[in-house]
Amino acid sequence: MRVELRNIHKYFGKNHANAGINLDIPSGTIQGILGENGAGKSTLMKILSGYFYADSGEIILDGKAITISSPSDAIKHGIGMLHQDPLDFPPMRLLDNFLLGREGGLFPDRKVVARDIQTLAAQFNFSLDPEAYVDTLTVGERQQLEILRLLWLGARVLILDEPTTGISASQKAKLFETLRTLAGQGKTIIFVSHKLEDVEVLCHKVAVLRSGQLIGESPVPFDHKKMVEMMFGKEISLGDRYPLNAGGKVLELKNLAVEDVRLHMEDIHLDLHGGEVIGLAGMEGSGQGPFIRACSGLLRPVNGRVQVNGHDLTGKSHHIFKRHGVSFLPASRMEEGLVPGLTLTEHFVLAEKTQGVFIDHAKGTKLAEERITSFNIRGTPVSTVESLSGGNQQRALLALLQTPLSLILLEHPTRGLDIESTIYIWSKLKERCKQGTSIIFVSSDLEEILQYSDRVMVFFSGKVTPPLDVATLTTEKLGQLIGGSGWNNLNSGKSL
Amino acid sequence: MDPSVLIGLAGVLAAAAPVLFAVIGETITERAGVINLSLNGSVLLSAMGGFAVAYLTDNLFWGFLAGMLIGALVAFIVAFSSITLHQSQVAVGFVLALASRDLAYFLGVPYMNIPGPTLPTWQIPLLKDIPLLGPLFFRLDIITYLSYIVIVLAWLWIFRTRPGLMLQGIGDRPAAAFVRGANVNRLRYIYTIIGGAIAGLAGPAYTLNVKPGWMGTQTGLDGIGWIALSITIFGGWSPMRAAFGAYLFSLLQWLGLVLQSRLPGIPSQVLQVAPFPLMILTLLLVNIGNAEWVQRWLASMPEGSRRFFTKLLRAMRASPPAALGVPFESD
Repeated sequence: MRVELRNIHKYFGKNHANAGINLDIPSGTIQGILGENGAGKSTLMKILSGYFYADSGEIILDGKAITISSPSDAIKHGIGMLHQDPLDFPPMRLLDNFLLGREGGLFPDRKVVARDIQTLAAQFNFSLDPEAYVDTLTVGERQQLEILRLLWLGARVLILDEPTTGISASQKAKLFETLRTLAGQGKTIIFVSHKLEDVEVLCHKVAVLRSGQLIGESPVPFDHKKMVEMMFGKEISLGDRYPLNAGGKVLELKNLAVEDVRLHMEDIHLDLHGGEVIGLAGMEGSGQGPFIRACSGLLRPVNGRVQVNGHDLTGKSHHIFKRHGVSFLPASRMEEGLVPGLTLTEHFVLAEKTQGVFIDHAKGTKLAEERITSFNIRGTPVSTVESLSGGNQQRALLALLQTPLSLILLEHPTRGLDIESTIYIWSKLKERCKQGTSIIFVSSDLEEILQYSDRVMVFFSGKVTPPLDVATLTTEKLGQLIGGSGWNNLNSGKSL
Repeated sequence: MDPSVLIGLAGVLAAAAPVLFAVIGETITERAGVINLSLNGSVLLSAMGGFAVAYLTDNLFWGFLAGMLIGALVAFIVAFSSITLHQSQVAVGFVLALASRDLAYFLGVPYMNIPGPTLPTWQIPLLKDIPLLGPLFFRLDIITYLSYIVIVLAWLWIFRTRPGLMLQGIGDRPAAAFVRGANVNRLRYIYTIIGGAIAGLAGPAYTLNVKPGWMGTQTGLDGIGWIALSITIFGGWSPMRAAFGAYLFSLLQWLGLVLQSRLPGIPSQVLQVAPFPLMILTLLLVNIGNAEWVQRWLASMPEGSRRFFTKLLRAMRASPPAALGVPFESD
């Protein structure tokens, strides 16, 4: 289906989120929409998928101007949207998830639906069990489910909002293959992303948005440098690798065994030195979460010892770990890291170790102003944390960390952030490393792992590699390990 | 089996009907994502109102209908103030619980301690003659039979029908339900009112059947709404489990009465109050798997028993509708 957007305008208060955007997407095309966080990509897509009304402008499908009144109306027109955070129902079975919202008789025939799921899944080589519960799936599998559902409902235009965030490399490859197949069938694919490299390998043409405006369009082949310039209005470089200057032992894991409901890992050994960065790679849910929580005292290991700076802290609580200079920044920023409703000043005051009952507002505001400047947070001391964008929330979290620290544990430190914020956050983290702080971080972004780690541990369904020197690794090799192959000849990595 | 035990157990089924209606009504309401905390007050008000109407019209049907209308009306106030006026469901529910209770006592004064109509026993032909099951289930009255039907219907509706699936959806992730075409706030209104109407049957089921008559503060119904609220949670928002909880509570109360005569050494108050802490204990056990110290304790156990307990705790744990009590705005 051919999709045309004509002169779309959308205001949120004074903010001109979409300023006269024109797009023409023929059927069978994979259209990339590129732009940094807050560029107006999501707004535009939400207009197309019936979430928002445009203040002015036209949506034309196959030459016919239409109005879309709601998301369910959009799907009736054949437009389906896959949200960044899949809008499904985690406590339900796949089957019920699939069914929910589909019109029909009072008692749906679940057998037919289960068969439909299996037929569709087989078409795209997905392995989805209709009887499984959604909360046991990875984000990638939830995407697959949602794509199948939208197709089942008759979607001919598929909008994907940041679909490569939080899925593994192999799932990404499968997603791209699926999208190419769909485009081959004449479906229109709109691929929204801030990741240039994803857009480059997948899309037939790309449109770049910046602060609500359509900056430019380009068909394949793309000029990488020009794209970056269009996105940010300037050139950006990744920065150099810092040489590792290892200090004394910060963290020592001996014969560690960790488990959660699904996984059991054992025999983990690690000597982490001051200033060192360890990247934890693997598909989501392969054991990185329990491992990093065991390092922070949030999860009690079933066997083995954890030593921090020479002190045996096995089985101690997170507070004791914190006292020894271990800090943990979990993946869910708003749920586990920040307090919604409190301002930046209040956060900084909370994190300070001060005595007394009453808040010294003048001092707090001054502290907040200092941190806001030094961490380049786009916000004011009185901004509530939920009003900040993802990148700025992450900066605020970093600004909240105390100095000095022995060990910082991070889960997906740059997930959902654009290149500029990513580079900034890592420059701040590397500053810490130079002062002797060690870092362990989880990421599903292979580039990030290879760029910033000194050593890498790969997780695959309850197995863990010994720490591998990053110099011996490539994207391909890492990708293989994450997918479970190449585990037999690993001994080369046991350096340090 | 001793026939007196059978009759006693049948009495438990009948006595459980009010709790059951309240629990099923609340389960439906909370499934939609709304907490109707006014339950205790609305049950009392419907008990008084239902009795008064049945007495004045000398017609049981109007009495039960009045109870349902009162329950629906109170539920409507909860829905209107939370969905339309964006007020806190908890605060409004609390105030309504107290206000409706006192209103019931105040308005009920003229109807106190007077004999009124009572629901007759209606034995179901054929079914009543089934050995054991007949005397246990089918020699009671029409409102108790209705309570069985309500359990099954509520379960069927929530878990087997298409609209029921959407009901689960709006309580769990209203944003996702909205994308799939639900008018979330309208559905929440509807289910809150339906839930309130079913809970409104609890009152007349008591004052026209279980313990006929209105006796003001001596009616013995006060507190049942709060128990129903906790059974809703214990029941994991599923009508079947909730029904089990309601029957368990009724059984404990009956045992309290029976044991009173068998164990004269124990003060009667202890046995009367026992069901309440026992319910709390059950609640604790159901949700104990969430506690951090339990997780730590589990981690220190040997392999085999750890697996077993982890599975057991997960199976027992019920997760509430994720958007329970959270208002929904579709931008």
